[in-house]
Amino acid sequence: MSEVDVQAAITRAHRAEWARVVAILTRRLGDFDRAEEAAAEAFATAVERWPTDGVPPSPGAWLTTTAGRKAIDRLRRESRRDDRYREARLLSGDDGDTPPEPIGAVDDVRLRLIFTCCHPALAPEARVALTLRMVGGLTVPEIARAFLVRETTMGARITRAKSKIATARIPYRVPAAADLPARVGGVLAVLYLVFNEGYLASGPPGTDPVRADLTAEAIRLTRLLRALLPDDGEVAGLLALMLLIEARRTARVSSDGVLVPLGEQDRGAWDTALIAEGHRLVRERLAAVAAATTAGSAPGRYQILAAINAVHTSARDADDTDWSQIIALYDQLIRLDPAPIIVLNRSIAVAELDGPEVALAAVDRLAAPLSTYHAYHATRADLLRRLGRDQQARAAYDRALALSTNTAETAYLTRRRDHPRATVRPDHG
Amino acid sequence: MQYLMSVIQDRPELGTEQEQAAIDVFNTRLQEQGHWVFAGGLGFPDTATVVDNRGGEALVTDGPFVESKEFLAGFWILEAADLDVALALAAEGSKACNRRIEIRPFL
Repeated sequence: MSEVDVQAAITRAHRAEWARVVAILTRRLGDFDRAEEAAAEAFATAVERWPTDGVPPSPGAWLTTTAGRKAIDRLRRESRRDDRYREARLLSGDDGDTPPEPIGAVDDVRLRLIFTCCHPALAPEARVALTLRMVGGLTVPEIARAFLVRETTMGARITRAKSKIATARIPYRVPAAADLPARVGGVLAVLYLVFNEGYLASGPPGTDPVRADLTAEAIRLTRLLRALLPDDGEVAGLLALMLLIEARRTARVSSDGVLVPLGEQDRGAWDTALIAEGHRLVRERLAAVAAATTAGSAPGRYQILAAINAVHTSARDADDTDWSQIIALYDQLIRLDPAPIIVLNRSIAVAELDGPEVALAAVDRLAAPLSTYHAYHATRADLLRRLGRDQQARAAYDRALALSTNTAETAYLTRRRDHPRATVRPDHG
Repeated sequence: MQYLMSVIQDRPELGTEQEQAAIDVFNTRLQEQGHWVFAGGLGFPDTATVVDNRGGEALVTDGPFVESKEFLAGFWILEAADLDVALALAAEGSKACNRRIEIRPFL
């Protein structure tokens, strides 16, 4: 096997096996920190050994065994009595005083890992960081870069979260069935946050407007969750939503780094495979909701957002978009969650159906809750521009620019502000 | 595993009779289910006295060591298998005493 092939095998194993190795080690060691350390050592050993010894037939089993040995070696080097006791337990495969856990309908070690990392007792930013480290296998420097904080800050954030898990005894298990819907919601929120940070990356001038590594990681983790919880409608909904947004990624930013709004995107550049998969998931959910008889099976926000994106991606041309369908879906979403941001997004569809004047009236009612939100000012600016109220539009663009942290959006808003009558056409050549 | 469940007081008035009755029900449940270790209500911070004997001579000062709008009104010490169990009990306790609650593990 060539060196390149071995490298590829290691990368594949890292993607496929990291979470499982960490999860199994956490269960055996009862310690997040040691599990992560041992997993990292096992992968380092693979990098050292596989090029000469060859890639083992079952990389996952090899890595788990190696990580287990590394953990035991480390415990042996430490001579405290309780560690010796723990070592004895490890070697005998006995879980000691850990009470037997009730096996839920769904039980996968990785799922426990995700639920622990996204525990509501942890700070939201710690949940995101810990999930990317423990489940996603990203390194601390990688996570720090993604969220534009210093490595030491991110390292401290992760260490503090791990220490809280250990000290406050945050359990390492899938929540009981009664708590599951609420807790799955928390996990989905983390994954959506990771996705959004990739999709609308914040950063100073010159930084990448889209972090494809983060969107890809969020999709990968959501796929994993979907495989583990295939009957959860919101998991399917979030996956569909991510796929339908990801499908438009390359068309969303022009080659010179300017955001291209949905209506002006080159729809031929959309990823048809991702759209087909997203549409399949949305249809699956529509059928499931139609077949369900209980009130609790009504679609949640991710399923509705996915359906909205399915309507957008079904239109061959922006002018073919079924705006009344989109507004109906937003109304459904607002009944579930009347957040001002959702009302703002609805008004964009209203502008297409009833004209910018009607939409602007709706947007202006959101001034109080959204005055510090860049998209509020960007939406207002666009509506004012379309109404020919250029001076007011300019002021709104300035406010949006002051609040925007995404380089592609900044470029787009600047161009619109300075050339209100020109169309911003994509230059895909 | 033991947890300290602190009752956060952020208003000047004492608990009502209704709240006390709900706390009694909650306490009975804690005892019946084996979570009870200890609990108690505390006097207002203006009844506090600070003692400092680090210098060899015990200095006694009137008043709490920190003045704040929020203070400890009472506490429970609970036995719980893990934080999820403790959080579920804290949710009930918060409802019973009609106040916010902080949960902290004993080391």
